[in-house]
Amino acid sequence: MKVLYSWLKDYVDIDIEPKELETKLFSAGFEVEGIEYLGENLENVVVGQITAMEHYEGTHLQICHVDCGDKGHDHLILTGADNVFVGAKVPAALVGAKLPCGLEIQPRKMVDMMSYGMLCSGEEMELNKDWYPGADVNGIMILAEDAPLGMEMRDYLELDDYLFDISITANRPDCQSVIGIAKEVAAFLNKPFKAPDYSYEEDGTVNENISIEVLDKETCPRYLGHYIYDVKYMESPLWMKRRLIAVGHNAINAMVDITNYVLVEIGQPMHAFDLDTLEGSSIVVRRANDGETLVTLDEKERVLNHNNLLICDKVKAVGLAGVMGGLNSEIKETTTEVLFESAKFLKDSVRKTSRGLGLRSDAAARFEKGIDEYTVECGMARALNLAQTLGVAKISSSHFDVTGGASTEKRVIKVTVDQVNNVLGIEVPEEDMVRILKALQFEVEAKDGELTLAIPRYRDDIEGYQDIAEEVIREYGYDKVIPTFLDDAKVTNGGLNRYQSKELAVKEYLCSQGYFEIQTIAMTAKTDFDMFLIPEDAEERKVVELLNPITENLSIMRTIMAPSMVKVIENNIKNGNEAMRFFELANIYLPKALPLTEPPVEKKILCLGTCGAEEDFFALKETLENFAAYNDLTFSYKRGNVPYLHPGRTADVYCKGEKIGHFGQLRYEIVDNMNIAGGKKADTKIFIAEIDYSLLADLFKTAIKYTPETGFKGNNRDISVLIDKTVECGTTIDAITACDALIKKVTLFDIFESEKLGADKKSMAFKIQLASPDGDVTDEMTDAVIEKVIAALEEQFGAQMRA
Amino acid sequence: MSMETIKTECQAELALVQDAKQLADFWTKYLSKSGEVQKLMGGIKNVPNEEKKAYGQAVNEIKNWVQGLYDEKKIEIEKKAMMARYDEEVVDVTLPVKEVQAGNLHPLTCIKNEIIDVFVGMGFDVFEGPEIEDDDHNFTRLNVLKDHPSRDMQDTFWLTEDLLLRTHTSPGQIRVMDAQKPPIKVLVPGKVFRSDSDATHSPMFSQMEGLVVDKHITLCDLQGMLDQFVKALFSDAAKTRLRPSYFPFTEPSVEVDVSCFKCGGKGCSLCKGTGWIEVLGGGVVNNKVLENCGIDSSKYSGLAFGIGIERIAMLKYGINHMGKLFENDVEFLKQFKA
Repeated sequence: MKVLYSWLKDYVDIDIEPKELETKLFSAGFEVEGIEYLGENLENVVVGQITAMEHYEGTHLQICHVDCGDKGHDHLILTGADNVFVGAKVPAALVGAKLPCGLEIQPRKMVDMMSYGMLCSGEEMELNKDWYPGADVNGIMILAEDAPLGMEMRDYLELDDYLFDISITANRPDCQSVIGIAKEVAAFLNKPFKAPDYSYEEDGTVNENISIEVLDKETCPRYLGHYIYDVKYMESPLWMKRRLIAVGHNAINAMVDITNYVLVEIGQPMHAFDLDTLEGSSIVVRRANDGETLVTLDEKERVLNHNNLLICDKVKAVGLAGVMGGLNSEIKETTTEVLFESAKFLKDSVRKTSRGLGLRSDAAARFEKGIDEYTVECGMARALNLAQTLGVAKISSSHFDVTGGASTEKRVIKVTVDQVNNVLGIEVPEEDMVRILKALQFEVEAKDGELTLAIPRYRDDIEGYQDIAEEVIREYGYDKVIPTFLDDAKVTNGGLNRYQSKELAVKEYLCSQGYFEIQTIAMTAKTDFDMFLIPEDAEERKVVELLNPITENLSIMRTIMAPSMVKVIENNIKNGNEAMRFFELANIYLPKALPLTEPPVEKKILCLGTCGAEEDFFALKETLENFAAYNDLTFSYKRGNVPYLHPGRTADVYCKGEKIGHFGQLRYEIVDNMNIAGGKKADTKIFIAEIDYSLLADLFKTAIKYTPETGFKGNNRDISVLIDKTVECGTTIDAITACDALIKKVTLFDIFESEKLGADKKSMAFKIQLASPDGDVTDEMTDAVIEKVIAALEEQFGAQMRA
Repeated sequence: MSMETIKTECQAELALVQDAKQLADFWTKYLSKSGEVQKLMGGIKNVPNEEKKAYGQAVNEIKNWVQGLYDEKKIEIEKKAMMARYDEEVVDVTLPVKEVQAGNLHPLTCIKNEIIDVFVGMGFDVFEGPEIEDDDHNFTRLNVLKDHPSRDMQDTFWLTEDLLLRTHTSPGQIRVMDAQKPPIKVLVPGKVFRSDSDATHSPMFSQMEGLVVDKHITLCDLQGMLDQFVKALFSDAAKTRLRPSYFPFTEPSVEVDVSCFKCGGKGCSLCKGTGWIEVLGGGVVNNKVLENCGIDSSKYSGLAFGIGIERIAMLKYGINHMGKLFENDVEFLKQFKA
């Protein structure tokens, strides 16, 4: 909300400096985002009069003698402009002057003559013609004859003023206006609020033809209309134009300017319809038919639907309620009769229409925040007052008030002093509460610690004692709050639960293994699936989609973690980083059914990614193995098949019989498509693991239990077998383990291939550890087991024992 | 060899012994079964009976004496050998080892953990709700009604008419109060989503909600609790300042500023000259929210606050662009080792 300091001063006697006002507004809950001094960088530019002038031979310059009153009677200033004349009053920037365009004036030589200053154009002072007539002429800005000699232009142009940009919280739509802020200022300065002049006189004229009908009173609970006539198409007075320009409006014509002025001052969006264009002199407020069209003031045709509330006449639409008028009923030079509209349209309806059509306007912005019916009344009164006092139109006695029946009485609530103080935790005396609430325009009756409050009609936000507590402390001062620590509350234990502390331990373990934790955005692009070679009919492509994404790149909720991880690795490579280990523990989102009828499953995935000279498939496997060992789990592995992983270097990971994830090397096709230097691509190998952490979290043991050692001796035996190359180590170990219950652990300790062994053979050597809970494992028992192992390996794989 | 010869010669010989080999030779020559001392002992048979005792004693003395010399020398030699071994095994302790990069937690996790630590100490539990919420939990029951202006404050990513990506961690309040009755002290950390993206906004970011519901909870308690929090997180000298704000789920609502930890409140570039930095929002829980969760607001009251984790991380670590937090460059990440 942009507010001029001088405008506020119309309604409250402000006796503090702008800086102090800022502090006080801030303490009352109105953060000032900026204060702009309008006369910034316009210094030592004064009103001067050209007393003598001669042409500088051989140049285009005029040599002017300028009288600046008490700022010096004879300044020698050269100018190239040709619109100056003897006797003209002009803005003279004297030596040392500053101009908003950044210029600082110094004596300077022009051709062969010194000039001690500069005569200014409107443009050089960053003025437009509505701020000062003639500011737009090509040449020096010629001032009015009565401009006082020597006066600082800043003062002459009324630029000695401050523009406050105030942030208004959503609960205070009433403060989206000059008077709203003025009331707050009056309250904290303890000064009276001086209401704007709402008075006007109707002249008795009646127009019998006009009718106003509201068909949708729910969306338009209040509609005021007033017929004015003898409308003059004129400019508004300078003071009004300047105020409008300062807060960011354009000056258009007096009738339109009045509506904008009321919007800023009172906070009520107004509309002026040219009555001549209203078929049957009628206003009908109704919802649009689907497909109905209207050309709005910005000359664009809008295609409407039943969500859009329309202002119509007997046959056609003439405005989009609360958003923008129609071009067909616009105020023109020929307009003589006007119907003023001041109404309340529901914020939701205005927002939907405005957003749906992509049509923003000051009126819509204001309606979206919420209008109260009191403001509707004030807005109309103020507009009529201005139309009358400025001589823009005559005020008839034809006025209309279509209401949805809401009460125009103030709401009354009762709160007790104790209720308020129980919220705050301090003892604010009753008399202070009464004083504060009265200053905020509440009517207060206090009796036996109970306050009966009549709430100002523009304060829809006030409902109960908690709201009153906020009003009180806002004015009483938050610095009076005394820190306490739950004096009456019960002691609670608190702390992380088992899952939460385990998760932290898991993360810290991975860090100790050289992994950096990353965090990536949970939204991603559909194109990820193509890039990651996910088949068209794969489950992964069944995604939760955002209805209103910011970009296509963030339009779905991810169903796999790998693309996010790979993008981070890609970026790191691009940034010149060579070795990296990353992990992320985050959700993927799996819809139960599409279209979405219930929240999707949020599944936590532990994703690992590695890249660098030291990294390979087995380095990542080592991490997983160490991770399992650290958590007293056993992982096993089977050849896997994942669309984005190397077909020969992919493994599924199992734990306690459940498949918990997969890992492997990223396919080369994906690396080839990455945005990294071509030379690097050939050498880049990326390894990815995706583990279902929600499954894993339940597999961690919940308590430590000690089992006494048996004290029995186990036995070990090494065997070496010659076996087909195609037989995997894991299969062999499984076969060995299955041979006898005494076998506790089988470990590969050597593997090699050689010409001597044969091209299709390999040698594997295993350590077999045996143990029994019932007694020592003797050599004889071991011999028997090993015989079974040898027989099994021969039978299943045609393996031969090596010496 | 006579006793006398042994006495003189073995002393001289032993003086020449330098290493274990020579010492072994010495032992063989004098102390072994075929050694000189044993030979002397063998000579006893030629000694007259009445002198045998004296002779035996004399030989034993010699034996003990030689053994003593030998033992002494042995210790000396062993010590010398150990010294030689140490000398040989000297390493250059400044030689490099194989470099292993140590990883670390993400800065957002570090801040989250720090905050959790502070509040766990005050008796808070930690609850994590779903990231995909419905209108009811994210808005309606938090008193953000359908046409409420504050729905505009939070640009929501919608999935259906009803489902959405949670815009704050506040729906966690509802879920906790549905499941649990007072006393409640809970933190709700998590990721939240808003359609906003620039230097200080990311479409996904992290928040930490705090909720206390019990008897006689007041605005003073909120300030007291947050005073403790900022002291723990920033410095013992940190102070808080409350100022009015607006959230539909709290009334009164406050913004909480902390005294600038860079300049101590004098005013600097970090605090834009004000001496204060906005760190979080909070307030006294709106009665309607308690009632929406079946908690009797005439008996119980509550306080709630919400902390933006990214903002705290950026302030505390001096990170200038929020995007850095989600870029995950190794050179960036490795600076956040605890």
